[in-house]
Amino acid sequence: MGNRTPLYEEHLRANAKMVDFGGWDMPINYGSQIEEHHQVRRDAGMFDVSHMTIVDLSGEKVKPFLQYLLANNVDKLKTAGKALYTCMLNEQGGVIDDLIVYYLDDTFYRMVVNAATRDKDLAWIEKQAAAFEVSVTERDEMAMIAVQGPNARDKAHQVLGGEAADKLGDMKPFVMRELGEFKVARTGYTGEDGYEIILPANQAAGFWQQLVEAGVKPTGLGARDTLRLEAGMNLYGHDMDENTTPLESGLSWTVAWEPEDRDFIGRAAIARQKADGVKHKLVGLVLEDRGVLRDHQKVIVDGNEAGEITSGSFSPTLGKSIAFARVPASVDTHCQVDVRGKPLTARVVKPPFVRNGKACIDV
Amino acid sequence: MSNIPQELRFTKSHEWVKREEDGTLVVGITDHAQQLLGDLVFVEVPEVGSSFKDSDDCAVIESVKAASDVYCPIAGEVIESNEALADAPETINNDPYGDGWIFKLKPEDEGAYDALMDADAYAEVVAEDEH
Repeated sequence: MGNRTPLYEEHLRANAKMVDFGGWDMPINYGSQIEEHHQVRRDAGMFDVSHMTIVDLSGEKVKPFLQYLLANNVDKLKTAGKALYTCMLNEQGGVIDDLIVYYLDDTFYRMVVNAATRDKDLAWIEKQAAAFEVSVTERDEMAMIAVQGPNARDKAHQVLGGEAADKLGDMKPFVMRELGEFKVARTGYTGEDGYEIILPANQAAGFWQQLVEAGVKPTGLGARDTLRLEAGMNLYGHDMDENTTPLESGLSWTVAWEPEDRDFIGRAAIARQKADGVKHKLVGLVLEDRGVLRDHQKVIVDGNEAGEITSGSFSPTLGKSIAFARVPASVDTHCQVDVRGKPLTARVVKPPFVRNGKACIDV
Repeated sequence: MSNIPQELRFTKSHEWVKREEDGTLVVGITDHAQQLLGDLVFVEVPEVGSSFKDSDDCAVIESVKAASDVYCPIAGEVIESNEALADAPETINNDPYGDGWIFKLKPEDEGAYDALMDADAYAEVVAEDEH
């Protein structure tokens, strides 16, 4: 038996197909992954993301600590609740994890890191934190629910009741606000509008049921994966890991090079890589032939094996197979992929594939 | 619970086989198999005229999450393939024993059909799977 979130019984009640996900018993789907995918693109769906790890960091030197720990610069966060997406690198510039960090006040930040990387993340953070006298507290008494889709915010407001629409209505993307005991952030992993809500674990099941009554449908990890792939969002362990840098993983935009005198872990290594010329890049692929692109299939350029699919699936919105692939920087408009022994043609595109329910590329 | 029609024969790898009056066989995947695979998004049917041995992989079915082989239940030659599945792979999800058939086979040995599992034996395989 794996770890269970506070919503485990709700998943069973909704006939979820449960699978092991990084040591957690999680719902892969509740019937049809494709219907759940469309529900999020067209209306509102919700995900149990309580398996993700919430870590609070506090102390007088927490800001300089995070400026050292993270490749993006938390100095960009000036108002309470503002969030930043960033990578946490090792000395070689490899990605230990990708995460969201929230600024709460000058001595208090919150991070949400991946579930499967929990142990190594906590060990790394605690090791680095010692010199800054920062206290590191995992908040495993909290649950987390993501409500996503064009109608997600309206439906969430109905359930949150009272002043929710007034208090949250004008909230900008990548901002978190408090609503009683709930922390509501306008963030997500689907390419749709919506919220990620951190709440006390003992209130999670009740809140989930109220969302169901408001017409928000439970959505499993299967649809979460096709939604995030369409939205052009990286998945840790697939599109980047400790052996790849942000510059090779389509994440250059998350690295804050300014100010030049900010030293962060991995900076020297990726600065060297940048100066030497980054040899590989992460691109989007749309399969032009019939078939499905899958993780680890080989990319072929000029007859030679030249890269690999890092995330591949079928795009329910586009009705075609799409993928991310790590390829030589020279790859231009097309490549081939070895799909079960057959070379199939794929077009190289710049992700995202889909945003706010609409295709971003020609199909 | 998955549907297991009494009049069909089955393989351990979850193909179903129906014998037509002329002795040819229709092959598809079972309701249990389509449930396990989930939403199907791509099907590659075998070429008409190709011959397969017993248990050769002869077709590919891909769901959103994974690719799976379909195995030839009995040695024989493919005499027809369900080309409509190329545009509507979900037909297998919706009607696995009807419009979701995959190919028709002329068996080398007509008697081989009788050696396939009957519905009761297949139900036991499914029950074990579900444990």
